[in-house]
Order: sequence, then C-alpha cells, then structure tokens
Amino acid sequence: MKTVEEIKAAIEAAVPGAGVEIVPNPSVSGQHSLRLDPATARAVGKFLHDDTELALDFLSNVTGVDWPDKEIAEKVKVTRTVTKTVDGVEQSVEETVDETRKRVEPGCLEAVYHLYSVTRKHGPVVLRMRTVNRTGQVSLPSLTPVWRSAEFQEREVFDLFGIVFEGHPDLRRLLMWDAFTDHPMRRDYVEPDDFDYEPTAHDEVLARAQAHKDAAGQGTEAGQ
Amino acid sequence: MLGEGILKGLAETAKNFAGSFVSKERLTTVEYPEDRIPTFEAARVFPFLVYDARNPGDENDWEAGLRCVACQICEKECPPKCIFIDKSKDKKPDALGKQQFYPTRFDIDVSVCMSCQICVEVCPFEAIKMDNEFELSTTDRFGGLLHDRRQLAKSNEYYHKIHPTEAAEVDARLAEEKAKADAKARAAADAAAKAAAAAKPAGGGE
Amino acid sequence: MSNLPVDEAIDPLTVTGRPDGWNRPPLIEPDGEGELLEVAMGPHHPSTHGVFRMDVALDGERVIRLKPVFGYLHRNHEKIAEGISYLASMPYTDRLDYICPLTNNWAYALAVEKLTGQEVPERAEYLRVILGELTRFQNHASSIGFLIQEMGASGTPLMYAFREREKILDLFEELTGARMMCNYMRFGGCRVDPTAAWLDKTRKVVAGLYGFTEEVDRLLSGNEILMARTQGVGILRPELAVNAGVTGPMLRASGVNYDIRKVDGYSIYNRFSFKVPLGDHWDVYDRYMIRLLEMRESIKILEQALKDIPGGPVMDPKAKIRGFRPKPGEAYGRIEAPKGELGFYLISDGGPNPYRYRVRPPSLINLTVLEDMALGANMADVVLIFGSVDIVLGEVDR
Repeated sequence: MKTVEEIKAAIEAAVPGAGVEIVPNPSVSGQHSLRLDPATARAVGKFLHDDTELALDFLSNVTGVDWPDKEIAEKVKVTRTVTKTVDGVEQSVEETVDETRKRVEPGCLEAVYHLYSVTRKHGPVVLRMRTVNRTGQVSLPSLTPVWRSAEFQEREVFDLFGIVFEGHPDLRRLLMWDAFTDHPMRRDYVEPDDFDYEPTAHDEVLARAQAHKDAAGQGTEAGQ
Repeated sequence: MLGEGILKGLAETAKNFAGSFVSKERLTTVEYPEDRIPTFEAARVFPFLVYDARNPGDENDWEAGLRCVACQICEKECPPKCIFIDKSKDKKPDALGKQQFYPTRFDIDVSVCMSCQICVEVCPFEAIKMDNEFELSTTDRFGGLLHDRRQLAKSNEYYHKIHPTEAAEVDARLAEEKAKADAKARAAADAAAKAAAAAKPAGGGE
Repeated sequence: MSNLPVDEAIDPLTVTGRPDGWNRPPLIEPDGEGELLEVAMGPHHPSTHGVFRMDVALDGERVIRLKPVFGYLHRNHEKIAEGISYLASMPYTDRLDYICPLTNNWAYALAVEKLTGQEVPERAEYLRVILGELTRFQNHASSIGFLIQEMGASGTPLMYAFREREKILDLFEELTGARMMCNYMRFGGCRVDPTAAWLDKTRKVVAGLYGFTEEVDRLLSGNEILMARTQGVGILRPELAVNAGVTGPMLRASGVNYDIRKVDGYSIYNRFSFKVPLGDHWDVYDRYMIRLLEMRESIKILEQALKDIPGGPVMDPKAKIRGFRPKPGEAYGRIEAPKGELGFYLISDGGPNPYRYRVRPPSLINLTVLEDMALGANMADVVLIFGSVDIVLGEVDR
C-alpha cells in the first residue's frame, strides 16, 4: 500500500486545491492520518473511493473526537519603559519583566474516518476533518454520499458530539431520543441531575437522592 | 422429491427424541434446587475479604485477622464503583507484624457489582477473593444487598475450600513473603545485636 | 417470495428516486389502492432480539418503508470507558455482544496492544484463537437456531443449538470463571493458564462439534419449508454490501471474499489452513448456509490449534496490571468477530484513562442495509431478513 505521503501527493494531483495535511501518530501503531480541508473533503473522498490503485471502497469506522478549549499559561519576557529615580534623577529605564499570560487555544470537534480496501485488501487510511469551533460553526461535509456505511455512524457522531454533517440524507439523533438537547460524548457534558432512583444506596448518591426527595417534599423515606 | 428434506429432518428429531431416553448426555435437565450440579473451581460470583484465623473461637477474630490494609486500590479500580472503604486513623500489626492501616468500613454493593474480579487482580495483599455463593436474594433491596465487612469477611479455610488450587498458590506466595520478611528482621536484629556488642566494650572502657 | 428482482441494476451510488440522488434505496411507490398501514414493530416484539424498533409502512403486505429506531439499550459505553482505566473497561466489553464476550475481549486487547506495542506470548495467541473460534461456533449455532425459531419452528433447532452451546459455555466457565461475562483477555496475554485437563476436555468437545453441524445440515438444509421461506428473500447486492460497510458472514454471503482473519492475518491466523465460504445467491438462505460452513471451518482451525498449542507463559512478563499508562498516540485494532468487523479505536493522552475510546459495532453497521433488503418484501419476511443479519442489541446501542 502507498504511504501517507504518497497518498497525499496522489490526492493533491487529482483534486486541485485540496489542502491535505499529514497528522503524525507517535504511537507504535504507525497509523498516521490525513487531515482534509472540509471544503474539498467530498471530492477527495470520491477520488479515494474511485481511484483504481487505492480503491478505498470500504469505510470501516467513523467517529468523533472532542478537543475542548485549552487554556495555556505561558511565561513571556516583556520589556517595559518605567520611570525610575536613579541617583536622584528621574529618568526612563527599559526593564525586562517575566509575565504570565494566559491564552485560550480554541477547541474543535473532529471527525475521524478509517478506510480500507476490499478489492485490494489493504488499509487503514485514516482521514480527519476539524470543525472551526465547538459552539457555532460545527458543520462538516457528510461522506455518506460516497460511503453508505457512514450513514448511521455520522448520525451517531451528530447525536453524541454535535457535528452537523451537511448533505447527510437523514441526519437525526441515533441513540438519544429526539427531544434530548445536549451531546453526551463532549468532554464538558454535565449529567442532568434528574434521576429518581438510587443506583447504589451509598454516600453521595444517597445524599443526592435525599436532596431530590426533600425538594419534592416527600420527607425522609430515601433508600434505607 | 418434494418433502424429502422434511422427512430427513423428522428422522433427525426422532433420533434425538429416542436418544433422550437412553443417552445420558442428552438428559440435560437438573431439578434445581433439589439437585445441583457441582460448580467449577474457577466460578466466581461476588468478592469476599480473606482473614487469617489467629485465635480460633474468638468472636472478633475476623476483625483482627483481615488481610485488607485499606489501601483503596480496589475502590479506585472497580469499574462500576461498588466498593466503599473508610481507612482507619490508627494502625494495627498485620500477619508479618508490620504496622498497617485497616478498613473501619468496607462495603460492597452487590447489586452494583458485576463480578469482574478486577479487585482481586489489583489487590497487592491477597486480601480480596471471589466467592462462589450465588443464592443471595433478599427482600431488602438497599440494606440487604449492601454487604458490610462482617458479612464479607471469610476465613482462609473457607477460601481453601472453594478454590483449593488457587488458595494453595496464594498461601505459598504469602509464606515466601513472610520468610523473606522474617529473614530481613532476623538480619536486622543480628546487625543491631552486633552493633550493640561492638559498642559495649568501648563504653565499658571508660 | 416478493423481492427486488436480482437483475434490476441498482447502482448504490446513483440511485434515482430520491431528491439528491444519494445512495439511498429506491422508493417503492404504493400501488394506489387502499391506505398505507404504519406499524411500529418492536421494541417489545419477540423477534427483535431485545429492544429494537422498526417503523414499517405497509401497502397491503408489502413493505414500502422501514426505519430502524435505536437507543433503547443505550448506556454510553464509550463515555463510561473514558472515565475509567484501560483495564477496567475490559469487563464492560463483555457486555457489548453478550453472546460472544471473548471476541470482544480480544478486539479490545488487540487495539491496546497496537497502541502500546506489547508482545503476546505464543501460548496466549493459541488460546485466543481457540476461544475465539469456540465463540464463533456457538454464536453461529445459536444464530441459526434463532433464525429458524423466527421462522416459526419453535424450539427444536434452537434447543439443539443451545445444547451444543452449553458444552462450550461450560468450557468457558471452567477456564474463566463465568459463562458469558468472561473478562479473560489482558493486554499482553490472557488471565489464567488452562490446565492440561481443560485442553483435553476441549479436544473432546471439539471432536463432537462436527457431528452437530452434520445434524443441523440433515435437519434443516434440505427442508423444503425453509428453502421456500428463505431462498430469494432479502437479497443484498455485493456492491451495496461493501459500500454500506457490511462485514462478517453477511458480506461473505453476498459473495465478497473479505475475511479479516485472512486479510489482516492478525494474531496467528496465517498459520492455520481454512477456507472462506462465499455465497452466490446473496439471500437469507445463503446467510444461513455461510454460518453453517463457517462453523465447519472453525472446527478445522480448532483442531489445528489444539494440536499445536505450545507450552510457556500466557502473559507478557512485562505487562502491568496496576498503573498502566500507554504513551500518547492512537490506534485502531480490528478482528473478525462472529458478527463482523469488531474494531476499537483508542486515543491515549498518556493518562491512565483513554482519551477517546470508540467501538465499531458490526451489528449496528450491518443494519444500515436493513431497509434496502426489506423493501418490497412481505411483512412476514422482514422478521427473517432481520434475523439473518444476526445482531445483539447490547452492541447495537452500546
């Protein structure tokens, strides 16, 4: 099978303007991936599917990954002009100070596709696509028109991560019910505090159950 | 011929039907609970705590002999989080004579436990093992299925009874550790005695 | 036996009849007489193997629309796994496809081993093959039993299958301590070493398995009722099967030669000689037949593995039980589970818990084509078509 570099070159030759980036994988598995530009992703997918040499006709796995906003604290050397009294004379002196600056690296949602070839019996080729951010711009092109096997899996990613796949023929929630609003696989997901049973009658669970009972004015008949 | 396949299949069922009267292998029904099939030695249901009997006959023997030192590794590793441990403030000597903490509370909620035996695997002290007692139904869902350390404590003899091969291996391992610890203690005592002996003449000389 | 005619060329990529020309099944137009009947089949229908619902629209007896509804057994296995250590997820994998816990263990262990590069001792690899093939045998046996049960043959074939399955589950219990929730494989090997007595017992059981396949063959394969109900029903064209990611016996019954045991040659499968049976009519009967033939191939593998199994340790001595932290990176590991390609995708950030843990469930993805197979079929055949997919809801909904 071709290496990721060769696949990248093949894609760039076939699809003009395809922004393909190699994402190295530091683990021993050596499954490096290709990050696609969402704008050309479907054309690239079509090429990978139809190309006789690659013939990646089998899309095995589609999944999402959540990369939350990261707060990075950095120490920066800053040069400032300070007015100081040196030897009784007031003058401006340049001074270098260490300053801790915090910046937020914006997070994103990522869709990962694992492709194999049934005709050529090789693989996997890993494709990735990233959304712009995690809140407003969360749409990616759907690859279901190229590989039908993405149909349910993209629905699942939409359901659990909240990536909107544009061009998906039937984008509904798959596992959660339709009235559910949140996306449970996101890392900042908070479980709704609406349970009315005790999975285990112990400690904080019991206290939480009791709080619910108190709020409902049911007295102290919790658990035990 | 149409129907040949059906007749062939019927012959097969007839053979099985007749066979169920004569072949012992085909009599698979066991009238539980009057009849029971023996459980396998490896069979596991819920965990229990092993204690070494020190003063047979003493009512509180189980508490003194518990191997658990409340390190809480099993509590952390338990996949469904069904173990609850409170660590003691003081220390008590364990089987090797070392001062160790002990659990003032050790509860397992067997309605949550999924019998995976990861607690057994991660325990460095051979203190928690799998029981094969499965008839635990109770009418009290919360109190009855939350087993405390008294209910969980079972003697090493019991462990030997239900898992003889495994228990023998564990005992051998513990004996080896004890021998090592004893040898170390003896060496330390010898060294201390020697040091004292060496210090004495110098002290007496003054 | 109404169905989509085989020679009607349906290119999955250029289907007309849907607004955007997506690769969707063609809409079947109602014939215009009478009303459409909408039936919610499930989630408590006995043929759905658990809690699964199909919203079916019927024109008379003919299915003109079928929408599967999932999630009744959803417990967010992936989220649970991301909150606990790598080892602690192992018992949860038993509960995915609870008919075949050992292959689930194997797929997860394989993915983690890919991530960390751990070596698996020879004996452990043999054991994994033995247990994996026993699992495949009992899965196919009970899946055939369930299929015939859904056809209306109450009991007999299913009970024969369960009698055989019981012997295999006894072997599992004796070795792993549990019949179904085995929790047996570990990263870098297997948990306990089997005794010589266990291996002898397994040899004895395996020697009897061929007789069982013969029995099933005599009982069912030539049965005219079975043939009338299943032949030509639920046809799945190979192009669509590949495009829709269908794997396992379903794919091979559609005539596509793709068996991950052969393609990837993972573990030590390239040491054994076995054949990959393929279907040529692509219907429910072929799926039944493929399972029966795969059971025979499993016996061949079992015999070879039980003959050659070497001595030695079953765990990599360097493997860690406590404090297991793989280096950052990611890996996708897959095996040929009895139901299809079972894959685990893991991303490690160097911590004790996986950053991302994903299960590729063959049961769910094989259902992608359920509507395509059922369109135009009779309502009574939908049960058969669904049964021939062979799913377990624990894996579909996760």
